[in-house]
Amino acid sequence: MQKIEIRNLYKIFGKDPEKGLQLLKEGKNKEQIYEETGLAVGVQDASFSVKKGEIFVVMGLSGSGKSTLVRMLNRLIEPTAGEVLVDGEDVLKMSKQELVKYRRSKTSMVFQSFALMPHQTVIDNVAFGLELDGVEKTRRYERSLDALKQVGLEGWENAYPSELSGGMQQRVGLARGLAVDPDILLMDEAFSALDPLIRTEMQGELLKLQDRHERTIVFISHDLDEALRIGDRIAIMEGGRVVQVGTPEEILQNPADDYVRAFFRGVDPTGVISAGDIVRDNQPTVIWHTAETGIRMTLEMLNNRDMEFGYVIDSERRFNGIVSTDSLREALERGARKIDQAFIKGVTKVGETESLQDILPYVASNTWPVPVVNEKNIYLGVVSKNRFLRTLHRAGNGTQQTQEEKSLEEGVSA
Amino acid sequence: MLNFTEKVIPLDVWVTQFVDWLVEGYRPFFQAIKWPVEVTLSAIQGGLVAIPPIVVILLLGVVAWRASGVKLGILTIFTMLFIGLLGLWEDTMITLSMVISSVVFCALAGIPLGICAGRSDNFERALRPLLDAMQTTPAFVYLVPIVMLFSIGNVAGVLATIVFALPPIIRLTSLGIRQVHPELVEAALAFGATSWQVLTRVQIPLALPTIMAGLNQTIMMALSMVVIAALIGAGGLGAPVVLGLNTLDIGVATIGGLSIVLVAIVLDRITQSLGTQKKK
Repeated sequence: MQKIEIRNLYKIFGKDPEKGLQLLKEGKNKEQIYEETGLAVGVQDASFSVKKGEIFVVMGLSGSGKSTLVRMLNRLIEPTAGEVLVDGEDVLKMSKQELVKYRRSKTSMVFQSFALMPHQTVIDNVAFGLELDGVEKTRRYERSLDALKQVGLEGWENAYPSELSGGMQQRVGLARGLAVDPDILLMDEAFSALDPLIRTEMQGELLKLQDRHERTIVFISHDLDEALRIGDRIAIMEGGRVVQVGTPEEILQNPADDYVRAFFRGVDPTGVISAGDIVRDNQPTVIWHTAETGIRMTLEMLNNRDMEFGYVIDSERRFNGIVSTDSLREALERGARKIDQAFIKGVTKVGETESLQDILPYVASNTWPVPVVNEKNIYLGVVSKNRFLRTLHRAGNGTQQTQEEKSLEEGVSA
Repeated sequence: MLNFTEKVIPLDVWVTQFVDWLVEGYRPFFQAIKWPVEVTLSAIQGGLVAIPPIVVILLLGVVAWRASGVKLGILTIFTMLFIGLLGLWEDTMITLSMVISSVVFCALAGIPLGICAGRSDNFERALRPLLDAMQTTPAFVYLVPIVMLFSIGNVAGVLATIVFALPPIIRLTSLGIRQVHPELVEAALAFGATSWQVLTRVQIPLALPTIMAGLNQTIMMALSMVVIAALIGAGGLGAPVVLGLNTLDIGVATIGGLSIVLVAIVLDRITQSLGTQKKK
């Protein structure tokens, strides 16, 4: 389900933005327009949608228009043209009163510079949105205390922001965003001002909050690792344009252009792609209904199909174990009759969210394809050595450095 | 041709005609302006003169003590006692009431104007030359029309003082509003603040120390007008200075001047500590 839908959104800064729009339509580019008219194109023709409950990261270098884009979602910056649909309603058509109501009830925002009110205590800062909305004091303090608890800042209610460290201040910023219980949380480089350790911690915390209560989060970042870590999907912006939208894996495996590829160079694909992305259900499964599921029968089945391993699951596809033609034969010789007596020992299953990096040891050290399960232990399939290597090869091509990309990278960093 | 021996633009004549025309045609209007000032001034002055001096001294001492501390409280009491012993108590009360009245009107007009100037570049741009003129035009220039329009006395003195003391509070209020970090305004808007809420919850509270500095400056400017106001018949501590000047009585002029400085020190310390206290 789409929560936010952006269609052909433009922002042109300057005195006569309509003229800039016209020039863009005539096919002129950003630089030409700036030279001719002094108008600055902030965002051009951005279209994408954000699903309900996902963390959508907008990533780009500074000046790529990502901060402008997020501010158009709540009209802190007035778009020049286009549509912003939230739950099907066009935000740009809202009257002043409707906009105030929308900002109070649907969205909230977390800022890079924290933007806490220095003259108010932590609790009053957290309660800020509720106070604007006229929620009475005991009620708003109750909700604010709850929000503070969620970010782990109980006991700091009466401190002033200046008494807190940067990380704690941003927790207050986050609590302020959460206290109004918004559908949509806009986070503008929210963790960029924090030092790396705290940043990682806050990212983890955000994911944890998201587990407990799913919100739609639009997260602006210039940090690729951050985008990959927290983003369900990523939009990459360059020069005011959205150049690619997709899951981290999609973008990594199939970058839309050299700009995106340059972005991802140096990223270790094994840290991004997870077991669930490359799992294949191509191995024989043995359903273990009852105790009678026979060893002999299973062995026959594997021999018929000319396969070495069988994956034993129950009627609800929960993973039980692996048998091989060898282990089955050996069990028969021992006179065993139940199939679990033929299970290979030392089998490790991996979770679908585990990265290739995490599963590498199991894939490498076992002769059998590694079974992949989801969080409910449902068997999804396997990752074989072959598939693992193929994936690495493909992703590696995407990030290989060619001469052309080298020059692009220099252009980007300049 | 251009040897400038003759006047080509008779601006002086025009101004005279204009003021005459104002006085002729709009006297009721200027009397109406005068009225609230007159009422305020006489109320404050009446109060200050009627209350026994020792009570006024103690009250000022308490205000200073609450605003800053015991030290300033004691300093205030001794300063006021000293002025009383110089025999200038009543003049001091008149000056004080004139300063308070003009500062009240300056604050009432200046803070809203400053807020508008802080929030609108166009308004600020339009206001700036006017403020420059108010601050730099020698007071003697507008004393004449003020006397013609409002006649002489304490009320005319207060009006002249308002003209001179108004600019700093406007300028510093505007500055204070502009100094509020734009991200804070943006954050307030993002959480659904109306324009009025941005002003009352964010901009004014954060601009308050600067506004208080403006108020302090306005008070100081008002005090510095005391002598000039005495030239158009206003009473108070300016009167002995002007008298001393006219009769070459250095003694009288000195005690008048000294008292003005002492009152200025006391008022400056009190209002300054009010401003810094709000900062915390």
